[in-house]
Amino acid sequence: METYSFLRQFADSWALLSLFLIFLGVVVWAFRPGSSKVHDEVANSIFRNDKKPAEAETPKPHVKEA
Amino acid sequence: MWDYLKLVVLGLIAVVAAIAANYAWDLAYMVNAVTVMLAAGITFLVVLRGAGEVRTVNKNEYMDGVVRAGVIATAFWGVVGFLVGVVIASQLAWPGLNFEALQGYGNFGRLRPLHTSAVIFAFGGNALIMSAFYVVQRTSAVRLWGGNLGWFVFWGWQLVIVLAATGYVLGATQSKEYAEPVWYVDILITVVWVSFLAVFAGTLMKRKEPHIYVANWFYLAFIITIAMLHLVNNMAIPVSVFSSQSVQVTSGVQDAMIQWWYGHNAVGFFLTAGFLGMMYYFVPKQAERPVFSYKLSIIHFWALIFLYIWAGPHHLHYTALPDWASTLGMVFSIILWMPSWGGMINGLMTLSGAWDKLRTDPVIRMMVVSIGFYGMSTFEGPMMSIKAVNSLSHYTDWTIGHVHSGALGWNGMITFGALYFLVPRLWNRERLYSLTLVSWHFWLATIGIVLYASAMWVSGIMEGLMWREVDANGYLVNAFADTVSAKYPMYVVRMLGGLLFLGGAIIMCYNLWMTVRALPSRVTTHAAVPAE
Repeated sequence: METYSFLRQFADSWALLSLFLIFLGVVVWAFRPGSSKVHDEVANSIFRNDKKPAEAETPKPHVKEA
Repeated sequence: MWDYLKLVVLGLIAVVAAIAANYAWDLAYMVNAVTVMLAAGITFLVVLRGAGEVRTVNKNEYMDGVVRAGVIATAFWGVVGFLVGVVIASQLAWPGLNFEALQGYGNFGRLRPLHTSAVIFAFGGNALIMSAFYVVQRTSAVRLWGGNLGWFVFWGWQLVIVLAATGYVLGATQSKEYAEPVWYVDILITVVWVSFLAVFAGTLMKRKEPHIYVANWFYLAFIITIAMLHLVNNMAIPVSVFSSQSVQVTSGVQDAMIQWWYGHNAVGFFLTAGFLGMMYYFVPKQAERPVFSYKLSIIHFWALIFLYIWAGPHHLHYTALPDWASTLGMVFSIILWMPSWGGMINGLMTLSGAWDKLRTDPVIRMMVVSIGFYGMSTFEGPMMSIKAVNSLSHYTDWTIGHVHSGALGWNGMITFGALYFLVPRLWNRERLYSLTLVSWHFWLATIGIVLYASAMWVSGIMEGLMWREVDANGYLVNAFADTVSAKYPMYVVRMLGGLLFLGGAIIMCYNLWMTVRALPSRVTTHAAVPAE
């Protein structure tokens, strides 16, 4: 089989399927149990460290809770 | 030691550029070589004056100098790009403005790439680079990685802009839309872009925050994908090292497909992913609320990345491109509706519970309108990619209207919002000089875009219908020149729309200038940090 036909068939079969599965995996991973807490924390991360970099020894917020 | 190495390299570049200017085959090459020589010479002097000095870097503050420079460059190139746009819109309405004395330099054909590159790569590029530097520092809680490499990215990008712009006017182009810069400018772009990636990724790698905020994902995808697109689309062999001309490695339909794979993803990753990075940071910050749904933003990101890269073939419907490829491009364009609108909803709903800000804060109004235009143009685009619609819309002004509702509405407005957000913070001012002027800018720009887009819809659909109109015997009813003269009123309205948009941008520049000049510095609140 010539390279073009091989690549074209591969692209619309196995490559398509694997990319689609990777995408589904990402979506499932986003909805994994316990993700909401992490996501809330990340979404609010833009409201700190506005003026200057974090100090090296600043404890991480989620470490403080433990 | 490092300084002396820099001096040697800069001196060598200046000498080589001078030799290249001497042996130049064409005028554009010579002017570009002289520009490089001058740039290297000036940098040489700057490095020489500072050589051997002990420089201390305060790791406890962000590197904002390069962001401030980027803000100024964004505003400056914005006005230049919009002005050239108004000029070429006038040239289309009144062809007499293609003055005889300026033929070959100042006619529409030479100025058009100057306009597109100025607004996309100079205005948009500077906005993306400076906002990426600002956002990655804040969300990583560390100073920018790489020291002066950030400054190299800034000045390197300005040099790219100047080389490309002077080249276009003098006729140096590789005739690929949005990839007009010639081979040696392409090499410089690659060097600057890899440095940009290094600075951005380096900052992410030494971050203090455990997670990478979603805006950085969009910025990173934009930087990496543009590097890939740029390298593949610019595979060319120079005619001579002393010539600006080169020959493309690919030809025919392969070249066309690569070009529009590049062209559409320049829209998808430069003008969409990068600016979505801006949206995901500046809209929540200005609204003072976290993004509506972080989960949706993750899905938005991956869906956009997986789909956009396939949409390019819709630029080549009914050409030599195989049918399956153009159908593929059409299908993926239509699927793109979902992530685009998911992102739009995420941006708009960030304001839920704070909708009153729309009344009181003209900056957030600007951002919301930009998201609205994002939604509108990402609805229009997939619709135009459908083959039946495309057979009417392609090669007409409808395309130009579509591009401008996206570029002026989405990219322009979100950038203006970011500039209004950044200037008081970067120059340590309490507030903007005048919110009334922001409102003026908002309305001038919005009315300008509406005039522009509606004029182009009318003109484009009319033109498409006139081209395909046949009489009872199957003969075409209209000559091409008939459509040109029928478009005249719409061309005047389009020029007026552009003029309003330009006027708004000039008001913004005055407002930002007065914010820095006329307002006092904010009193610093944390006493522990010593004053500079």
